[in-house]
Amino acid sequence: MSQNTMNLKVKVWRQKNANTAGAFVTYDVAGISDEMSFLEMMDILNERLITEGGDPVAFDHDCREGICGMCSMYINGKPHGPWQANTTCQLHMRAFKDGETIVIEPWRANSFPIVKDLTVDRSAFDRIIQAGGYISVNTGNAVDGNSLPIEKQNADDAFAAAMCIGCGACVAACKNSSAMLFLSAKVSHLALLPQGAPERKSRVLNMVAQMDKEGFGSCTNTGACEATCPKEISIANIARLNKEYLGASLSAE
Amino acid sequence: MLDSKIPSGKLDDKWVDYKGHCKLVNPANKRKMEVIIVGTGLAGASAAAAMGELGYKVKAFCFQDSPRRAHSIAAQGGINAAKNYQNDGDSVFRLFYDTIKGGDYRAREANVHRLAEVSSNIIDQCVAQGVPFAREYGGLLSNRSFGGTQVQRTFYAAGQTGQQLLIGAYQALERQVALGNVTMHARHEMLDIVKIDGKAKGIIARNLITGELEKHFGHAVLICSGGYGNVYYLSTNAMGSNVTAAWKAHKQGAYFANPCFTQIHPTCIPVSGDHQSKLTLMSESLRNDGRIWVPKNVGETRKANDIPEADRDYFLERRYPAFGNLVPRDVASRAAKERCDAGFGVGTSKQAVYLDYAAAILRYGKIEVSKQGLSNISEDQIIALGKEVVKEKYGNLFEMYAKITGENPYEVPMRIYPAVHYTMGGLWVDYELQTTVPGLYALGEANFSDHGANRLGASALMQGLADGYFVAPYTVGNNLADEIYNAAIPTTHPAFEEAAKKVADRIASLKNINGKQSAESFHKRLGKIIWNECGMSRNAAGLKQAIADLQALKKEFWSDLRIPGEINEYNPELDKANRVADFIELGELMCVDALTREESCGGHFREEYQTPEGEALRDDENFMFVSAWENKGEHEWQLHKEELKYDVIKPSQRNYK
Repeated sequence: MSQNTMNLKVKVWRQKNANTAGAFVTYDVAGISDEMSFLEMMDILNERLITEGGDPVAFDHDCREGICGMCSMYINGKPHGPWQANTTCQLHMRAFKDGETIVIEPWRANSFPIVKDLTVDRSAFDRIIQAGGYISVNTGNAVDGNSLPIEKQNADDAFAAAMCIGCGACVAACKNSSAMLFLSAKVSHLALLPQGAPERKSRVLNMVAQMDKEGFGSCTNTGACEATCPKEISIANIARLNKEYLGASLSAE
Repeated sequence: MLDSKIPSGKLDDKWVDYKGHCKLVNPANKRKMEVIIVGTGLAGASAAAAMGELGYKVKAFCFQDSPRRAHSIAAQGGINAAKNYQNDGDSVFRLFYDTIKGGDYRAREANVHRLAEVSSNIIDQCVAQGVPFAREYGGLLSNRSFGGTQVQRTFYAAGQTGQQLLIGAYQALERQVALGNVTMHARHEMLDIVKIDGKAKGIIARNLITGELEKHFGHAVLICSGGYGNVYYLSTNAMGSNVTAAWKAHKQGAYFANPCFTQIHPTCIPVSGDHQSKLTLMSESLRNDGRIWVPKNVGETRKANDIPEADRDYFLERRYPAFGNLVPRDVASRAAKERCDAGFGVGTSKQAVYLDYAAAILRYGKIEVSKQGLSNISEDQIIALGKEVVKEKYGNLFEMYAKITGENPYEVPMRIYPAVHYTMGGLWVDYELQTTVPGLYALGEANFSDHGANRLGASALMQGLADGYFVAPYTVGNNLADEIYNAAIPTTHPAFEEAAKKVADRIASLKNINGKQSAESFHKRLGKIIWNECGMSRNAAGLKQAIADLQALKKEFWSDLRIPGEINEYNPELDKANRVADFIELGELMCVDALTREESCGGHFREEYQTPEGEALRDDENFMFVSAWENKGEHEWQLHKEELKYDVIKPSQRNYK
């Protein structure tokens, strides 16, 4: 494949820590190949900043293959940038044109406080899982895996919901900073499987309560979460969550 | 002498007997015992969950922002288990045998047999947790085949098996957090082991947000920090994957075993330029249906689809007709390298071979036609049906390939090349997974024990979860039974103070170098040296040169490193510098180990030792041992040998023809 090189400007949110105010700073980045990944472009910027004695831009990233959910940039007004069903680490510079200015911000939500620059604290998601996002089965209690046949459609739907990578793009995309897509993916994953049945009611009630406690906003069915989700988690899961919640609320003792 | 503490008795009975006789800790005492777990991938998260369920007080640490991010999550293909659901002749013995043979007879029989024994329990446990494995229409679990085996024993969840298993273990871990049995310390990095009276009694960890050094006591410390593949800079590991926890353990007296046994995975997306920061794996499961080939003619200029069958060389099928495209990873990687070195490579770099799905798409399309009872179907329609099937099986992998390369793998063959993927070497452990430091354990990829010189596909997930869910809870308990008389030691103890000071001094000296070059730039140079001289093939002259180069690089690192920012704040560059410093030292040990091992086996291919056909030439007479290295100071290691005894399997030359 032939490579094209580009010269770009990046307008990046810089913020020393949670207690200081932040601001945009614009940098020139030259000689960027269209075969590079977006984060490799950021690597080049950081390498230059370090060499010049400056402070590199802090951003979360780890697997760089779209599965760990650690990367979290808001690029040109969209979580994870312009490509559909994609994470920032899988975004490639082919998506941009020579001379373009790229605006890069952190996830913005009160429940995701900024750590530094583009890095945010998403521990609220872990606490939502702690509230009930599991099946209570101690190690060694399991029966044979094939003793419990599961209808293929249910297994496939559970898997589609379980694909959530917990990146938080749904929250960042939502005008209300709602975590309903994240939460509904986990509730659906476990509610669709017979193993999840015994704790079905308490799970949904406790997880929703924790979500509210963390300060995430309400869902107003705008669908921005689904449109931005790198794993294409469907908002049908939110409908299922509402059904589960209503059912559990009406029948809870 | 190294005592691997393998129980006596028949191979089949060892683990059963061990469990029947090991010491137990009663529930009241478990509550008083503190266990530190470093790393929350499959091994760490499963160990933390299982130990928490038992009632131990567990403290778990990970450097990521959440335990759910550990790199086990990126494993694609699957997890092996000797369930024999397919009725195709699988058994515990066969899984054991395949793993020993795949490891080129450099793994320990007793450990591998135990792994095969518990493999079934892992599947059951994961299903019970709600891991959504792939299923057949009848609702039962689906299997596929993987390299180095002739049965279908691999369980999977599309191309995201690692993700689903890790989320399962993560949820079990978070449940224990909610119950108060596990305290989770995310964004923390272990920077030293604290030893008291020769035993591991805690760790020093850096809070990566504040930069503060924390002291944590534990009656036992479990290192579950994964492998060291990132020593090559370019690998399929996550950017943060590192050897630091294992290396600190090594510096504190834990022997490091077989560091030169590294796995180069045959099917990765090729390097596209100097900017490259990491490599991406295309699951081995793709070799089930894809065919690997290069043009028959050097200097072929036609596009892949324009090259007729007669001008293609399906070199794996040609060289290894019995296993074909499903030969083990080391064999497939070397065969691809051989073709590229001989000038048959494809793509702009000529460092790639084709992985072609055209035949599979057609085959699946025809099956669909007969399944659906269609008639008068054009070839295009058959291909369209076939693409649907392939999409269901491998869709996420194909999408990933398209995003990275900008090419559509449904239309043109993928280009692939081998890349560093896994490290079989690691901390030496005995049968109980205990290192040579009492109270210090290593689980999962961080230890060396089960994969010999080459790991078979879908076995890493199996080992991580076996160690964490089913082995460590027994073996660590057996030793903790002797610790019940020892109360927790306050971290004001001088040993903790000294260790914390040592860590603080090292961080200060790194920061005070105030040189010109970034940690990243040193890491890239380290990677080039190791890849060139201690990668897919090695020779004595190259290894000696690499050792000299690495010693020079270490000097330069410690005199010209620049770390921006401050120590007592969130500073990813400081974290990276700490890790690169350890990688440089490890790189030297890898070369020392590779130089000492004058044979070819598994992933370790010494050019001097090969058969006339270019296959690896093992030397069982002189090298049937585990190399366990003891750190003796700067650039100095002493070799200890653990003889490998094969009571059940008779080692032979691996033959996949």
